[in-house]
Amino acid sequence: MLRFENVGMRYGIGPEILRDINFALEPGSIHFLTGPSGAGKTTLLKLMYLALRPTRGLVHLLDHDISLTPRSELPHLRRQIGVVFQEFRLIDHLSAVENVALPLRVANIKQSTIDEHVRELLVWVGLGDHLDAKPPTLSGGQQQRVAIARAIINSPRLLLADEPTGNVDDRIALRLMYLFEELNKNGTTIVIATHNEALLQKFGHPVLRLNDGELDIVAGRAERLEAAS
Amino acid sequence: MIRFRADLPFERDQATRFVPWIVALMVFLGALALAATTAVGGAIDRWDNNLSGRITVQVPADKAGPKTLTRLAETLTETPGIAQAEILSDEATRALVEPWLGVLDSDLELPLPAVIDVETEAGAVFDVNLLTDKLTKIAPGVIVDDHRVWLQQLIRVARTVEWVAFAILGLIGLTAIAAVIFATRSGLAVHAAIINLLHVMGARDAYIARQFQMQAMMLGIRGGIIGSAAAIIVLILLATMSAGIDVALLPSAPLSLAQWPLLIIVPIAAVVIAMATARVTVLRALAGMP
Ligand SMILES: Nc1ncnc2c1ncn2[C@@H]1O[C@H](COP(=O)(O)OP(=O)(O)O)[C@@H](O)[C@H]1O
Ligand SMILES: [Mg+2]
Repeated sequence: MLRFENVGMRYGIGPEILRDINFALEPGSIHFLTGPSGAGKTTLLKLMYLALRPTRGLVHLLDHDISLTPRSELPHLRRQIGVVFQEFRLIDHLSAVENVALPLRVANIKQSTIDEHVRELLVWVGLGDHLDAKPPTLSGGQQQRVAIARAIINSPRLLLADEPTGNVDDRIALRLMYLFEELNKNGTTIVIATHNEALLQKFGHPVLRLNDGELDIVAGRAERLEAAS
Repeated sequence: MIRFRADLPFERDQATRFVPWIVALMVFLGALALAATTAVGGAIDRWDNNLSGRITVQVPADKAGPKTLTRLAETLTETPGIAQAEILSDEATRALVEPWLGVLDSDLELPLPAVIDVETEAGAVFDVNLLTDKLTKIAPGVIVDDHRVWLQQLIRVARTVEWVAFAILGLIGLTAIAAVIFATRSGLAVHAAIINLLHVMGARDAYIARQFQMQAMMLGIRGGIIGSAAAIIVLILLATMSAGIDVALLPSAPLSLAQWPLLIIVPIAAVVIAMATARVTVLRALAGMP
């Protein structure tokens, strides 16, 4: 699904923020990505959703070596990735429906299909009463649900979430985690960036831990239990 | 005004404000230049038909005895390249000067020069000075008027006017292109966050470029309507004005009925140029994204 080999990343002539990153995500897996603020979580996610090219190393995504993939084929790969951004990045002048429809519009899906699916999904995330609301009129939690709906509208194979629980209270954070687990059970590969240690403890999924530009992989609770027995 | 639903909030862009006005100016001047060209072209054709192939020889009234005139006519006819020389009657001469002097009382003792109307062979080339010398020996004071020289100068002036019109149009066109590039670049900067988002969602460059193209189309149409309206008003004014003045040499009306539809080409061309410019600008900028 996704594999990094000796990936290094620096912005411009700045210091190397990520060094020798090696890991592989199995299809259908779910991982936390953690590390202190400024450790490079967002940068690593950007490399995963092809918003950045690594300064060195190999990124393998969905059977493609990205450095060898022509630029014209990248949109097709990006459409199989859903991203929940830390600051949501909703478009203020578009309604909830239009925001969620964007990934489909971008992929040239028929408008009638779009209308049907988008409304259905927004009702499913509990925004049936706010279909035509503009993001600035929605609460933080509601905006986040729009952002999540947009990330999953095109049934991505890889779902990336950047600190999705950072700006919401614990109750909503938990509901969000259950939602991600639900999507994961349906086969979506998921990476959730967070520095919420309590959440890591509670859910016990395997963890990618960034420290000083390097990545450690900590097995999940289930794997550890399995290994112990 | 027609709207399209863009992913990008273009209506707040400041840099696009002046684009319609520059396009309007381009369309306005373009329409006028086109009208001028067709009118001048038509006039040149008419001048060619009316005047080419003719030379007029004027003989001062006191030298214009019948014998002298006959000798002059003979000399002219013998000159290679001249097809025919006709001594105009008194009435015909009066008719010639009528536009300038009004209807002359035939009793009035105004000494009018005699006029010999000379028809040249097609494509004949003359040394007018040589001809004048030859004729002066017969009748001192003759004036040889070669319309073709005069006409050629007129045509040259007319063509220059055309070129100047198109040069100005070209400059305005370049200004319009520069304005669209500037507006598009600033749009790319202002909407960088949304463009990034669309890119990450898997939008192709062409999808993003299309948004800017549509925006450029709207601005172009707005400018095209303003410019065309202004041009049509001016042309109608010119047409009604020139209908009142009957001057044989001037273009009669800026455009004939059949030529009016040509004017639609100008705003359409402006819109196409604006769209193409926006598209190229966006595609070149996006090519730098990963
Ligand atoms: N666009 C950028 N240009 C330059 N430096 C950046 C950029 N984005 C992030 N950084 C730097 O990279 C480091 C990692 O940032 P980031 O990936 O956002 O960390 P995290 O998400 O873990 O807080 C930080 O030191 C940050 O200042
Ligand atoms: Mg971050």
